[in-house]
Amino acid sequence: MALSRRTLLGLAAGVPLSAALAACGSSGPGRDGGATYWYLSGQPQEGARAGAVDTFNKAHPQGRIKDTTFQNDAYKTKIKTAIGAGQAPTIIWGWGGGTLRSYVEAGQVEDLTSWFGEHSDVRKGLFPSSFGAATVDGRIYAMPCEVVQPIILYYNRRVFDQVGVKPPQSWGDVMALVPRFNAKGIAPFSLGGQSRWTSMMWLEFLFDRIGGPEVFQAIMEGEKNAWSHPDAIAALTKLQELVKADGFVKGFSSITADSNADQALLYRGKAAMMLHGAWSYGIQQADGGDFVPSGGLGYMNFPPVDGGKGDPGNTVGNPAQYLSISSKAGAEEKRTAKEFFASGVLQEDETKRWIDNGSVPIRLGTEKLLAASKNADFLQFTYDLASKAEVFGQSWDQALRPAAAETLLSNIAKLFQLSVSPQQFASALNAATAK
Amino acid sequence: MTSLTRHRPHRGSRAFLPWLAMPALVVFVGFAVIPLVGVFALSFTTWDGIGAIHPSGFTSWRAVLTDPGLPHALGVTFLVMTVSWAVQTPLSILLGTLLAGRQRYRAVLGVVYFVPLMLSSAAIAIAYKALLDPNFGLGAGLRIPVLSQDWLGRPGLAFGVVVFIVSWQFVPFHSLIYQGGVQQIPKSLYEAAQMDGAGRIRQFFSITLPQLRYTIITSSTLMVVGSLTFFDLIFVLTEGGPGDATRVLALDMYKRGFQASLMGPASAIAVILVLVGLALALLLRRLGGRDAGASQLEGA
Repeated sequence: MALSRRTLLGLAAGVPLSAALAACGSSGPGRDGGATYWYLSGQPQEGARAGAVDTFNKAHPQGRIKDTTFQNDAYKTKIKTAIGAGQAPTIIWGWGGGTLRSYVEAGQVEDLTSWFGEHSDVRKGLFPSSFGAATVDGRIYAMPCEVVQPIILYYNRRVFDQVGVKPPQSWGDVMALVPRFNAKGIAPFSLGGQSRWTSMMWLEFLFDRIGGPEVFQAIMEGEKNAWSHPDAIAALTKLQELVKADGFVKGFSSITADSNADQALLYRGKAAMMLHGAWSYGIQQADGGDFVPSGGLGYMNFPPVDGGKGDPGNTVGNPAQYLSISSKAGAEEKRTAKEFFASGVLQEDETKRWIDNGSVPIRLGTEKLLAASKNADFLQFTYDLASKAEVFGQSWDQALRPAAAETLLSNIAKLFQLSVSPQQFASALNAATAK
Repeated sequence: MTSLTRHRPHRGSRAFLPWLAMPALVVFVGFAVIPLVGVFALSFTTWDGIGAIHPSGFTSWRAVLTDPGLPHALGVTFLVMTVSWAVQTPLSILLGTLLAGRQRYRAVLGVVYFVPLMLSSAAIAIAYKALLDPNFGLGAGLRIPVLSQDWLGRPGLAFGVVVFIVSWQFVPFHSLIYQGGVQQIPKSLYEAAQMDGAGRIRQFFSITLPQLRYTIITSSTLMVVGSLTFFDLIFVLTEGGPGDATRVLALDMYKRGFQASLMGPASAIAVILVLVGLALALLLRRLGGRDAGASQLEGA
């Protein structure tokens, strides 16, 4: 009796941790020859990734890459446990920034600085802004790849025409538009608030527009009380004013971005505007019927805040995706991985696939290809936004260390729920990010 | 009954008996004892799950015990536990008693009612999430204003929804336990009561309930200890939100360990979970009286 009860309890307590740890034993690094590569599933992006690997494998029958796909949230947990257990794939797909820094500090990824020195042609072919999040303490630990994804303010042109208003040119306009849309029973802004990083994008822009990039830079550098900066408090206060004015769609706290319900609200005309990543264009094009082809979707950069210090041309988002090489991989696998970086990443075919998906690859000199695309206007807009921005801020949850990022996200949810004040938010975050 | 339990086995089979426990023991040690010791050791270290493990004394414990999130998560956990127990127990007893009867159609009803138990928690959570969606859910689709609340977006409502779904999922299981319990009650007790003129309600309160005492303790232990580890349903349904309104201890542990990469504090929470679970199970056993192993059946 005593035994069986403890079995139950022990299992109950031990299962979540042990099961997750055991789960990473199933597939290991490619010791049987051939490099391994894990990346995210989900079309249309998966097709571009898989296509690049297939093309590379056909050209290199001797050193092939074996690829495995994972769903986004599952991958984030899986890759961490795999690296911790010494079972990482040869090529580690990621977001750079704070997570990459934790890999570097644990000695788990290769230093690529000298490789980029020898292969300056590879480096010169990519957006210079993409290397920031690949660099830790002055050394490069990842190969930037795929596409640039700034955060964009999308709006539904049909709804704007119906209400008879113009897109906002300032924060004052934003606040003035809120009651106009609410009066017609249309939510001013769609938001998948349960995902939390969606809400975070609002703070990224408000901090930048009000206080300039210096405010978050101080936070990144671990300065004491950096979140209590007057401009930070002003940004948090403005955000809560928008929540109180019913700026966001009803029930935003229980909407997830993964289900694309937030985007459905925009293209179905239930919401007028939405702040979302550049990848949302492709999703709305695929799911929204004739919404995108008929020109229903409008897009613009986040408007300036009156009296703010930040350059209105600045943007935030994902400067690129990143590929690192596991330091635990064998010499042969590392060689294959580097060969893939040099002659497999963002080659002609992959570049075209990304453009067809409605996104801008981080390869320089693609203007003609972009202009020839059916999404030329949007791609040109994204290209200009990304390449002309004085500052391209990396998404906060990627830039910060994982522990601080989690504190940030859970407090953002409370901030949007109005269950903490800007001051309480700031002091909780000060404790999490100060060195 | 006593003569049965004290019955001695033959000498040969007595030497063989301990070996029968071996498979269970191996699984128990491998999947419960060893991880438990590991988690206990990890709670005195600093580890991000990727790099080297550094011993750090009580740092993790201090971080966890001084975090205002811990009493909150504990509070939510206990509230889920008590409220869902209070909802499930009376319902399960009534349904169990109903299903134990020998009248027509009850077996069919029992099978239909058993369906929720066959669905995975994740599937249930996804289905309810879709049904309760404030913009595309059942309420909005059927244009019923009462149903189109922000079910998972308001702290109180979200908590209520979690308790409701947990009950919906587990009441069938506990009804089954009670059905078995009721069928064990000797018919002679009811016959005697009928002769003495006791009505149905009187019979339920004077015979069925007291006779179900140990079934209630078993079912309550399963509910209470089980609710300590609610994770999948809440993780998929609300991710602990809105804010931290449904952030139970098990979810807190996962978020600290695998999202914030703080394995030390996450292990400390795991140890707390084990201790709380043990304490509760012991307490429930005490409530059942000293001699909980004794038979409560006729003739004992």
